[in-house]
Amino acid sequence: MREVNVAEVAKAVEKLSIEANCCLPEDVLIGLQRAEAEEKSPLGKEILKQIIANAEIAQKEQMPICQDTGMSIVFLEIGQEIHFTGGYLYDAINEGIRKGYSKGFLRKSIVNHPFLRKNTNDNTPAIIHSEIVPGDKLKIVLMPKGAGSENMSRLAMLKPAEGKKGLVDFVRKAVEEAGANPCPPLIIGIGIGGNMEKTTLLAKKALLRPLNQPNRDGEIKALEKEILQTVNASGIGPQGFGGIITALAVHIEYYPTHIASLPVAVNLSCHATRHAECLL
Amino acid sequence: MKDYLRIQPPLDDTVVSRLKAGDRVLISGTIYTARDSAHQRLIQTIVNNEEMPLSLKGQIIYYVGPCPAKPGQVIGSAGPTTSGRVDVYTPLLLDKGLKGMIGKGNRSQEVVSSIQRNKAVYFAATGGIGALLAKTIKSAQVIAYEDLGPEAIYCLEVEDFPVIVAIDCRGNNLYEEGKRKYKNFMVTCKEEFKCKE
Ligand code: SF4
Repeated sequence: MREVNVAEVAKAVEKLSIEANCCLPEDVLIGLQRAEAEEKSPLGKEILKQIIANAEIAQKEQMPICQDTGMSIVFLEIGQEIHFTGGYLYDAINEGIRKGYSKGFLRKSIVNHPFLRKNTNDNTPAIIHSEIVPGDKLKIVLMPKGAGSENMSRLAMLKPAEGKKGLVDFVRKAVEEAGANPCPPLIIGIGIGGNMEKTTLLAKKALLRPLNQPNRDGEIKALEKEILQTVNASGIGPQGFGGIITALAVHIEYYPTHIASLPVAVNLSCHATRHAECLL
Repeated sequence: MKDYLRIQPPLDDTVVSRLKAGDRVLISGTIYTARDSAHQRLIQTIVNNEEMPLSLKGQIIYYVGPCPAKPGQVIGSAGPTTSGRVDVYTPLLLDKGLKGMIGKGNRSQEVVSSIQRNKAVYFAATGGIGALLAKTIKSAQVIAYEDLGPEAIYCLEVEDFPVIVAIDCRGNNLYEEGKRKYKNFMVTCKEEFKCKE
């Protein structure tokens, strides 16, 4: 057994909140540079140049890439040999968010109640997903997710007979309806299978996979490619002004499902797809 | 691509009618911020016939909720938010003299009609480049609804703030035109051997 004091977790989360908001992951940056080279629309090209320049300013000056510093989503992989001491783990995570969002001059975008809508003024509570894994390490991934793209995400309980075609149509429609709102070029996370909540979580986790890394399953990899071509043929383009790059990547994760079900979820993410991680 | 046009609010019909969907524009001078809650209050003020905290005539409203400024900064990251959320409020503000709006994403048919009727213009700023846009903001002052925090109304002095005309006063819409132009672009151009892929 290994003891981990939750104060250490709070400190790590504080650091990750600032890092995730100010430093665009390198794979996303490379994806944007490639898109800038490929884009045929002159205006689209210019937009991509602005996005790349913005990432550089944010990194250099430690400013948030985007003012929507999001809801903080925290993924924990907890080694089953760990014993947490010094307080409650989830309180420590929220303490880390509170400090990080204040010290990093990040925007506080959380309201206390869906209808009363009073700002909590410290960006808490975070949304925490934890998983127990073998070993005695703790992996923390922090993903700030803005509302622009989250609001355009969709879930569908398809009929098994609708199959792959049903999925491709569903994603194409979601992207077309979203238009410019989720700040294209997008990164598209897709979950297939499981049940209702499992498939949405898979879609969100798919956004964490590095951009140059297709799914290991050959059939799913081909589907990722097909969907990417389909959405890029929509013409929406960077910021919706027209162009051939509507998405930088499509990532699919899947899970076994019920004989009667084909749940699918699409979690759209903007060009500012941010996350940072650490291992304790 | 056409060169950048330069404008300075307050805008009048002559300036607005020069702007065409797809034009790149640099704005210098004073603009005002407002998001959902500030819009709600402005509308309430108009409905109740009370005194407005700012005169809308010829002005530009920027849909933004910035990050807090670090010590020594004018403002934190300050990019546009989705405009669609204030579509219900916009026609009344345009009827009261507002001439321009800056945001991201398409507008409702009611807003487009109101833009045409009032000879106004909708600009899009690139979403997700708040750090870059903050550099063009030279001063920021809360002028109303301070209790709303990042949603308060700020008066911003900007210099060469970069935007694109998304919907012009004739109702031309870049979101629709752009999409039409590039739909199936790669397929079509491969078929016609137009591009050297
Ligand atoms: S969709 Fe992304 S880039 Fe656009 S405003 Fe929201 S968080 Fe920022």
